[in-house]
Amino acid sequence: MRPMFYIACFLVLIGLGSWAYRENYATQNAMRDLRAMQDEIVQLRGALAVQRAEWAYLNRPDRLRELVTLNFDRLGLLPMDAAQFGAASDVAYPAPDAPLGATPSADDADLQALMADLQTLPAQP
Amino acid sequence: MTRIPLRPLARILDARAKGADPDRIEQENLAQRHAALREAARGQSQGRIFVLAATFMAGFSMIALQMGQLAASEPAEPRTANLGANISASRADIVDRHGNILATNMQTHALYVQTRDLVDPANVAQKLAALFPDLDAGTLLRRMTDGRKFLWVRKTLSPEQMQAVHEIGDPGLLFGAREMRLYPNGQLAAHVLGGASFGAEGVHSAEVIGTAGLEKAMDARLRDPALAGTPLALSLDLTVQTTVEEVLQTGISVLSAKGGAAILMEVATGEIVAMAAGPTFDPNDRPANPTSGLPEDSPLFNRAVQGIYELGSTFKIFTAAQAMDLGLVNPDTMVDANAPMIWGKYKIQEFEKKNYGPLLSVSDVIAKSSNVGTAHIALMIGGVRQQAFLKSLGLMDASPLELVEAPNAKPLRPKNWSDIVTITASYGHGVSGSPMNLAAAYATLANGGRLVKPTLLHQAAPYQGPQVLSEAAAKASLTMLRRVVTEGTASMGDVAGYEVGGKTGTADKVRKGGGYYDDKVVNTFASVFPISDPKYVLVVTLDEPVETSGAKPKRTAGWTAVPVAAEIVRRTAPLLGLRPMGRQGSATDPARWW
Repeated sequence: MRPMFYIACFLVLIGLGSWAYRENYATQNAMRDLRAMQDEIVQLRGALAVQRAEWAYLNRPDRLRELVTLNFDRLGLLPMDAAQFGAASDVAYPAPDAPLGATPSADDADLQALMADLQTLPAQP
Repeated sequence: MTRIPLRPLARILDARAKGADPDRIEQENLAQRHAALREAARGQSQGRIFVLAATFMAGFSMIALQMGQLAASEPAEPRTANLGANISASRADIVDRHGNILATNMQTHALYVQTRDLVDPANVAQKLAALFPDLDAGTLLRRMTDGRKFLWVRKTLSPEQMQAVHEIGDPGLLFGAREMRLYPNGQLAAHVLGGASFGAEGVHSAEVIGTAGLEKAMDARLRDPALAGTPLALSLDLTVQTTVEEVLQTGISVLSAKGGAAILMEVATGEIVAMAAGPTFDPNDRPANPTSGLPEDSPLFNRAVQGIYELGSTFKIFTAAQAMDLGLVNPDTMVDANAPMIWGKYKIQEFEKKNYGPLLSVSDVIAKSSNVGTAHIALMIGGVRQQAFLKSLGLMDASPLELVEAPNAKPLRPKNWSDIVTITASYGHGVSGSPMNLAAAYATLANGGRLVKPTLLHQAAPYQGPQVLSEAAAKASLTMLRRVVTEGTASMGDVAGYEVGGKTGTADKVRKGGGYYDDKVVNTFASVFPISDPKYVLVVTLDEPVETSGAKPKRTAGWTAVPVAAEIVRRTAPLLGLRPMGRQGSATDPARWW
């Protein structure tokens, strides 16, 4: 009985030892990963700060104004003006729905012809 | 221990037999007993002291060991601890009210030299001088070889420059990490931001400190590590600020002015939406403080806050408002306006020696900008009450703005407030203040008489100032200001849909030796819009402007500051989301708009 007890104890000891060994290295690996990740976070934060600064720099009002002037023929942007405020009454009510089964009007026919034309036009580059 | 009796019978009898004093035996024994007791007590005390000493010894040795260990070990950050939200930002960003960046930090490097590691100093000096044109090869070589161990070469390097220095390839050239303050919008809001530079410098880092403007005034907040991740939100609006600066700059150059300032302030909160001053500078490359000449000749001079000018007729509305508040007059009361007015040895005249009199209603006094009429109203009020009122509007003290320059810009006023000072102060002469003081005072009128405190920081809740003027008087003053624009001196200031009301002011510049210049003026237009529901106050000041389109050069505010202000309102009001009034209804009835 006694030798069996000793052997069991010995096996438990070996088991615990190998568990502790594995845990030790697992912890060290985790710490190393964490450090690497934290370095990466710090680097990314620095990069983020640079990106933010660059974004602000590229969006500085001076540059935007120059770009708007350069691209005036395409964008046609003008300084905001009081006349650009509209009143709710300026917005038209939607046209009442055509009654069911009505024949297409002359306008609809024009519209369809226009749509067909549009499809044959070359796509915008 | 056997206890010896104090009077042993044998010895007493013996002593009696010999004729000696038996009491002495008792004393002897008593002394012996006390000696023994003392001995025992000493032993006990010694023991206690020993224990105490041992305890202290142990304690101090622990501390000494710990200190030794701390001193001997390499310092390392606890890397496994959780990193804070923003460990990289050493100085908080500054943003506008919508979160657009006005100032941020950028990683860069400083260049320094460890001279003992230099392989070929002559070559290094030559190549560095070629790389940086402002360095001189000879001076650099002398400094590298005069025995010093360490030498700073550049405070900041661009990545390209850093690469070029790497390519020199000398082991004595080293880089130190730096965080640099960057103002991505260049000159925008330069006078508000001020500037920053390096404070204490080390090899691994350097502290960035504010040198002027808001950067210096809010230095403690910006450097607070706990708040490094939270940007400081200003009340400025980037778009509006850009527009105001653009219009002001155009105005300054078209009117050949020496400089100018414009302040746009929100009435309800006192928040400054835009503050521009010209000429301006680039805070990324802040020029050195001037060492000679007048401070106002430097682009660093912030005319909006530091410019202490006689603000002229813009003060008249305060006189009228106070008189109405005190119940002395109402807008239709007729007052004496017969020019010229003689007061002692002084003669008060109107602009171009006109005479608007003999009688003029208070409303017309403001609309026509009558000096004499205002003087008579001021005399009804009296100097003491006038002084107290101007002080309550903040016109006697430096503006409480978050700029380091603000507390030093104290308005000037005469020491002795005599009747003639009461008269001249009523129309803004003989007392002076900054455009910022004026803007805050006009905002108070526009705010229904509640004091407005100007601020550059975006506030969580509006500041509720004390009532310095009755609401009725404030409202009546605004109606008068509107009349100045519709039928008075500021007719060019009318912007369709925005009901601008304001008061012009033209003051001759004070000559240094005393007296006034004939052809140098400061023109101011202080305005409120829209009058029926005041939202914003705009003050435009131009220094020595002149309008030369006509036959005779014009130097009145109506021809210079007013058109500039009108253009600012026209451009910024839509940006501020103000819906124009008119067309279908009045501003007081917005329901008709929707």
